[in-house]
Amino acid sequence: MAKAETIILDKAGIDRAITRVAHEILEYNKGCVDLALIGIRTGGDHLASLLQSRINKIEEIEVPLGAVDITMYRDDLAARGSKPIGKTEIPFPLDGKHVVLVDDVLYTGRTIRSAMDALMDFGRPSTIQLAVLIDRGHRELPIRSDYVGRNVPTAREEDVVVVFDENQNPVEVKLVKP
Amino acid sequence: MSFTHKHILGIEQLAKEDIKLILDTADAFKEVNSREIKKVPTLRGKTIINAFFEASTRTRLSFEIAGKRLSADTVNISGSTSSVVKGETLEDTAKNIEAMSPDIIVIRHGHSGSPHYLAERVGCSVINAGDGTHEHPSQALLDLMTMREHKGSIEGLEVAIVGDIAHSRVVRSNIYALSKMGARVRLCGPGTMLPIGIERLGNVEVCTDMREAIKDADVVMMLRIQMERQSNIMIPSLREYARFYGLNPTNLLLAKPDAIVMHPGPMNRGVEISSVVADGVQNVILDQVENGVAVRMALLYLVSGVESMQTK
Amino acid sequence: MAKILIKGGRVISPAQKLDDICDVLIEKGKITAIGKKLDSKGTEVIDASGKVVTPGLVDIHVHLRDPGLEYKEDIASGTLSAVTGGFTAVACMPNTDPVNDSQTVTSYILKKAADEGHCRVFPIASITKGLDGESLTEMGELRALGVYAVSDDGKPVSNPQLMRRAMEYAKPFGLTITSHAEDLDLVGSGVMNEGPVSTELGLKGIPWVSEDSATAREVMLAEFTGAHLHVAHVSTKGSIDIVRQAKKRGVNVTCEAAPHHFTLTDDAVRGYNTNAKMNPPLRSEEDREAVRQGIADGTVDAIATDHAPHHIDEKNVEFSIAMNGIVGLETALPLTLKLVEEGVIDLPKAVALLTCGPAESLGLPVGQLEVGGAADITVIDPNLEWTVEAQKLASKSKNTPFDGWQMKGAAVCTIVAGKIAYKRG
Repeated sequence: MAKAETIILDKAGIDRAITRVAHEILEYNKGCVDLALIGIRTGGDHLASLLQSRINKIEEIEVPLGAVDITMYRDDLAARGSKPIGKTEIPFPLDGKHVVLVDDVLYTGRTIRSAMDALMDFGRPSTIQLAVLIDRGHRELPIRSDYVGRNVPTAREEDVVVVFDENQNPVEVKLVKP
Repeated sequence: MSFTHKHILGIEQLAKEDIKLILDTADAFKEVNSREIKKVPTLRGKTIINAFFEASTRTRLSFEIAGKRLSADTVNISGSTSSVVKGETLEDTAKNIEAMSPDIIVIRHGHSGSPHYLAERVGCSVINAGDGTHEHPSQALLDLMTMREHKGSIEGLEVAIVGDIAHSRVVRSNIYALSKMGARVRLCGPGTMLPIGIERLGNVEVCTDMREAIKDADVVMMLRIQMERQSNIMIPSLREYARFYGLNPTNLLLAKPDAIVMHPGPMNRGVEISSVVADGVQNVILDQVENGVAVRMALLYLVSGVESMQTK
Repeated sequence: MAKILIKGGRVISPAQKLDDICDVLIEKGKITAIGKKLDSKGTEVIDASGKVVTPGLVDIHVHLRDPGLEYKEDIASGTLSAVTGGFTAVACMPNTDPVNDSQTVTSYILKKAADEGHCRVFPIASITKGLDGESLTEMGELRALGVYAVSDDGKPVSNPQLMRRAMEYAKPFGLTITSHAEDLDLVGSGVMNEGPVSTELGLKGIPWVSEDSATAREVMLAEFTGAHLHVAHVSTKGSIDIVRQAKKRGVNVTCEAAPHHFTLTDDAVRGYNTNAKMNPPLRSEEDREAVRQGIADGTVDAIATDHAPHHIDEKNVEFSIAMNGIVGLETALPLTLKLVEEGVIDLPKAVALLTCGPAESLGLPVGQLEVGGAADITVIDPNLEWTVEAQKLASKSKNTPFDGWQMKGAAVCTIVAGKIAYKRG
C-alpha cells in the first residue's frame, strides 16, 4: 500500500520561510558581526548555505559557513549500528562567535544535543542559536528552536521529509503517514 | 551500505564496498585528529583490549590512540608467543579476557590464524593487528588510504612491493586490498623470499629484477628486512641486499616522476631504503603513520556498530 | 569355544585368490572349513549375505601411545578402535615413552596386548636407541621376541651412514626397515605442505622435496644393501615415482599410503583446521592424484592409517603449535572402499591393500583366510551408510578431519582368533 503523503511546504513556501528566517537572524543579532552558520548534515548543511546567500543578499556580507556531521556524537549506536560518517568542516574559529545551527527538521532534540556537543569540541562560541525549517514537536530534551520556518503538528508514527533536488536546493516538504 | 563484519580478521574476507566504507569513514575520523580537542564520544563506555603477544610499538600505540580518541576505555596486555605448549593456552587467556566483558579485542600474535582461533571462541569483536606471516589488515588499509589521498583513486595504480615477501603479512593484506580495489601489484625480492603461489592471491606479477618492478610504478612500497630474524641462508649480506633490493635515488628514477614511496616501518636506513629516499619529497611514510590512527578509529567504530546491534 | 559359521557372504581373500559366495566355519580359533552350504548345526551363525568376508584387516602403521602417553591412547583403547574399524592386527610404532628400543618395552607391549588388547599387536621397535639417531638397537634379540620391523618413525634417521648400517644389520635377521622418509633440514619449521595454500595462510611450508629426497636416499641405500625397505605414508608424486622406478629395478622396497593422503589435499587446512595437520602433511591435488595412481598400478603395497591419537588440548591450539597426526583406524575402511566406488581399484584389490598387502610388507603372519589358519576375519557391509561422529569414536582421541563425513561401508563384525571382538550395532 502506498503511503499517504501531504505536501506541507512547496518551493515558494520554503523560499519565503528562509527569507523570513534570514531577516529574523539579522534582526536578533543586530546584523552579522561575529555571526556564523553551521548546518547539520545532511539537509541542514544545504539550508545553511541557502541562508548564507540570503543574508548576503540582504547585508552584502558573506557570513562564515560550516557543516557538522553528528554521527560520532550519536547516542544510538546499539540501535542503529555504525552509520557512514560524513565530514565535519568548520573552517573558522568558533571562539566568540554567535553560531546559528541549522537543521531541516526539529524532532526529539537529540540531533541538536549531539551537534552542540560537537561544536563544543571545536571551541567556545558566545551563543548557539537554532534555526530549523520544520519543527514537528515531540521533544525528548529541553531544546527549543530560535527560528522556525513552519511549525507542523505531527503524530510520532508520521514522518517529515524535506526533498532536495540534485543541486541540494529544497523543493518541497512532505508529511508521510504510515 | 551498512557494515556487517563483526570481526576484522583479514582483508581476504572484505568486499570492495567494505574497504571503500572503511576508507571513507577513516577520512571523516582524520578530521578529528586535526582538532584541538582530539576526542569524540563515539565509543563511550566501550572497552577495548589490545592483546599484543608479539612486540610492537607503533601498531599498539596507533590502536590505543584510536580507541582513546573515540572515548573507549583501552587496556593493553602483552605476552610472549611461545612456540611450546606450556602455561596458559590462548583459549584460556581469551576466556579470561572475555570474562571482563570487553567489546573489542585487538590481537597481535606470532602465529598465523590466531585471530581466527580467537574469534571462534569469544563473543566480542576481534580485530587482527597482525598474525604471524598471514595478514595485517589495518596496515593495508592505512596504506590504501595514503595512496588514495595522494593519487585520488586506487583503481589502475601500479604498486611495486619489494622485500621479504615470504614473511610479510603486510604484503598479503595489501595484495588482497589492492586487487579488490582495482590496482595492480608487482612483487620483487630475493629468490629465497618469494613464496610459491603468491601470484594467485590477487592481481599480482612477480618480478625477479627490482628495476623491472619499479619501472613506471605509481607507488613503491619497501618492506622491512627483519635483520634480527635473518639467518644467513636467506640473504648473504645486508650489503648485497641493499645493492639489489634497496631503494635509492637512482632506481627510484625508474618509477613515475610523481610516484610515492611507502614503508610500513620501522625503516632500516641504508638497507632496504637509502636515507636520501627516506627523507625525500616522494616519501609519504609519516602520512601512513598519521592515517593509521584514522583507519583504526574507523575499524573500531564500524565493528562496534555490528557488535552493539548483535548484543542488543 | 563356540563354533561360528559365517554364512552366505562374498568371501574375498586375495592371498588365496579366493572370491566366491561361500560359508566359513570357525572352530577353536581356527578356520576349519570354507565351502558352500556348510552345516550350521551347533554353530553361532553370522548371516553374511550381501556382505563381504575378508581376512582380518591389517594396519601396519599405528601409534598406540602405550607406554607413557596413555592420556592419548592405550593398548586397550587403541585396539578397540582397531576392531571397530575392522582391523584384527596392528603394528605399533616405537615412539612411546619410554621408546620401544628394548626387549623390556616390547615385552610390556606384547603382554599388555595379550591381557587387554582386542586384536593382535605387532610392536615395531626403533632403529636407534631412544630414537637418538646415533646407536643401533639390539635388533637381533628384538626380532627373536617377535619384532618384524624397526623404524625411527617421526624422528627419521638423518645420518645416511647410520641408515646404511641399520639396513646391513637388519637384513640377515629378516627385519624390515620402515622409513619415515623426510629430510628434517628441508622441513625446517614447516607446519603444512608448501604451496599456494601455505602462502595464502601465512604458514611455514614443508616442501615436497623434503620427502622425495629422503625417499630417494632410502631407496638407494636399500638398493646398495639389499635390505628390505618399507617406505611409510608416501604422500608425494615424486616419492611414488621413486618407489615405482625402484621396484622396476628390482629393489627390495614396499610402500604404504594413508587414507588421508589419497582423500584430502592441503585445502583442508584452510580455516587453520588443526585436525588437518599431520606429517607428512596433506599435499596438493597433483600429489593426491599420484598417490591414487600408485595405488591403482600396484606401486603402493598397503594402506596404513598412521593412526596418531592426540589429546584435545594438543589440537585445540594455534595451528603452528598443534601436534601432528590424526586418528584413522575407524575411517580407513570406508575411505578405501571409496576408491572402489570412484573406480580407482576393484574390491579385491582394496581388500588386498588392507590385508595381505600390509602383512607381506612387514612379513607379518596375518592377512590370510585359509583352512587351518587363524580365524582373523572381518565381515564388511560395503553398502552401510553412516556418519562419522568424532565424539563417538572408540579411540580415546577424537582428532579426525572426517568428523561429520558421510561414509559408505563399515565392518559389521570383527573376529580375532575365532572370537567376536566387535559387532556393529
